[in-house]
Amino acid sequence: MTRSGSRYVGTGSRLRGWGGVAGMAAACALTAAVTLLPLSRGAGDGQGPDAAGQGVARAVAARADTCEDPEASLPPSEADGPAVEKIKARGKLIAGVDQNSFRWGYRNPATGDLEGFDIDLVRAVAQDILGDPDKVVYRAIPTNQRVLALQEDRVDVVVRTMTVNCARIKDVAFSTAYFEAGQQVLAPKESTVKGYDASLAGKRICTAKGSTAYDALAAKSFGAKFEGLTVSNQLDCLVRLQLGEVDAVVTDNALAAGQAAQDPAVELKGEPFTREYYGVATKLGNDDLVRRLNHVLDEYREGGEDGRWMKAYGKWLKDDLPGIKKPPEPKYRDN
Amino acid sequence: MAHPPLVREARPPTRTAWAEGVDRLRAGATTEPGRLRVIGALVAALVVAFGAVTAWEISDRATAAGNVVTRSQPLSADAASIYRSLADADSAAASGFLAGAQEPQDLRERYEDDIATASALLAKAATHTESTSASGREIAALNTQLPQYTGLVERARANNRLGLPLGGAYLRYANERMTTKLLPAAERLYTAETSTLGEDYDEARAWPFVGLGLGVLALAGLGWAQRRTYLRTNRVFNHGLLAASVASAVVLLWLGIGHVVARAELEDAMAHGQESLEVLNDARISSLNARANENLTLVARGAVLAADGKRDLYESQYADGMKALGRRLAQARALADDPQGGLPVTDATAKADEWRKRHTAARATDDGGDYEGALAKVIGGKGSTGECFNGVDAALEKALAHEQAEFTRAAEGGRGALTGLPLGAAILAVVGAAGAVLGIGRRLSEYR
Repeated sequence: MTRSGSRYVGTGSRLRGWGGVAGMAAACALTAAVTLLPLSRGAGDGQGPDAAGQGVARAVAARADTCEDPEASLPPSEADGPAVEKIKARGKLIAGVDQNSFRWGYRNPATGDLEGFDIDLVRAVAQDILGDPDKVVYRAIPTNQRVLALQEDRVDVVVRTMTVNCARIKDVAFSTAYFEAGQQVLAPKESTVKGYDASLAGKRICTAKGSTAYDALAAKSFGAKFEGLTVSNQLDCLVRLQLGEVDAVVTDNALAAGQAAQDPAVELKGEPFTREYYGVATKLGNDDLVRRLNHVLDEYREGGEDGRWMKAYGKWLKDDLPGIKKPPEPKYRDN
Repeated sequence: MAHPPLVREARPPTRTAWAEGVDRLRAGATTEPGRLRVIGALVAALVVAFGAVTAWEISDRATAAGNVVTRSQPLSADAASIYRSLADADSAAASGFLAGAQEPQDLRERYEDDIATASALLAKAATHTESTSASGREIAALNTQLPQYTGLVERARANNRLGLPLGGAYLRYANERMTTKLLPAAERLYTAETSTLGEDYDEARAWPFVGLGLGVLALAGLGWAQRRTYLRTNRVFNHGLLAASVASAVVLLWLGIGHVVARAELEDAMAHGQESLEVLNDARISSLNARANENLTLVARGAVLAADGKRDLYESQYADGMKALGRRLAQARALADDPQGGLPVTDATAKADEWRKRHTAARATDDGGDYEGALAKVIGGKGSTGECFNGVDAALEKALAHEQAEFTRAAEGGRGALTGLPLGAAILAVVGAAGAVLGIGRRLSEYR
């Protein structure tokens, strides 16, 4: 409970609905606000394919007893198991990454290399398991292939702005959270839009098809026009914004930071109004690898301002997503 | 009693003149010279009418055939070129984009040539088209959309050069504009121009029924007049009527044969030229669409999914394009009626098959995570899908050039078959009418 409840005003009515159904007390509802809000977010990148998953997530969330803290993971351990040994025997870590998300996982056309916050994390994992950050085979996988690539053993891990939620933990295993994101408003610097509030009245807002941002506006739009302004990918919103076809964008702030990094004339406005966590995904049942990943993450988060996490944040994200003082706290479950 | 009749005679003088005229005609029809005069006038009128109608009907058809050759078919071909240039520009833009920040010179030039060609052909089409017609509206829409499209492509290039993924988003937006606005407008323009061609063609090959009917009637009239003369005078030939008959028969034969030949040539032009051209144009555009989508699959890198939320949008559009290409090539091969037309189509089919194989391999490479490897397999030189696409495009261009030449040759032949017929018909009709009048006059003089 590091954030005040007043920030979640936009989705509060929905949460109360769930709370009512569950017959929870007010305190429980507040707890649910923290744990369930990420669930309302289907996609790490706000894209279409997750719309289906979102419905499932809600259904699961309605039976909150089965899934309270999806981001809680197995306690860390350095012990080698079959999954880690397989990587060591191969001598290479095969990582499924994105190559479209600026500042996260992106192929720099000048060098042809992948770079970003997610890529740095992959290198840290390879350093820990194999002793060399370069011993990685990167496989660029599209959004719809993330779960399948793991299930078919095409990749060892997926580090791809992937949101941990109740639907997904049934298909893949997640590490502890390595980033906390939320829906936020992106607009030109001189815009009168101040955030997810009344300043949106009468504005044209771009969202990705089937995204949490769209659902949030559908629930509460503050008089903004957003119907018929959806696009297939969140980055398309920046195109529409630059062409003057929309006045503002609502999307995941981690990805919005990538948009702001490509256009010095726009910035993130206000505060995030939802909360969700990114985790490293691996195949369900690879418990030794999950524990090892959590061990790597623990070390990665350490060191405060000079730690590797904060350095990566400073390098890739701070300019456009300022204000983060420390990495998210890991949550563990017993089994 | 003498008074009243005088009054009666003086009162209706007009009626008397009218009645007198009728009486005289009646008398004329009952006396031989009178009958001859009427027959001569009728036969001469029939021959003149036959000639005039023939000249009029055939100059109509000749104009329509001329329109087919010089106006509507070239406009239809131009509309197809506009469509092709736009689709080619889109595919060249995507290929150049994929090659990285520094776009290869040849792709850049190809894109610019395509845009220049499309603009020039649009300007040309506009001068031949009413701005309020359906074609005129499509031309106006294309003229508005084209600069917007090129603007988006330039933005895509600028961002790509800076190394920003936003460039890819702009390129996809440009492609969306192209496929949802420009290409449909170009297709409607092509359809409109092609239907004008169809109208001109139908007009050119319509049977000249009135002319043929009048010709038969004139010959029958002349024959009857000659038979009548023969029965009355026992003279076998009346030179004037004979000349009129020969002139009319010549016009009738000329009309019939000329039209049949023109019709056959035009039908040949349409069946073997235009139909092949349409199918080949469709095939070429399908291959261009498939190529643009193949490139965009790599530009989008899995960022955009098809409506079913599972398959990659551009990959599934590529598959649609290749399917359409396969269908069109099969049709084109069935339509190709000579080796020069058939060989390039066979060649294109073989290259398209190879393209499919290489594409599958490139996809497997990309899905395996080797993006750079996949890129080389798509936009690289030898062994790439780009090589196959260029092969398909070149083969189709060759086939199109051949069919266009076939069309022009046959259609020119059709138009040529009607050359001189209107003037010839007019002159011969005058000769025929004069012959009929002189022939009848010759008989008439025997009564003086």
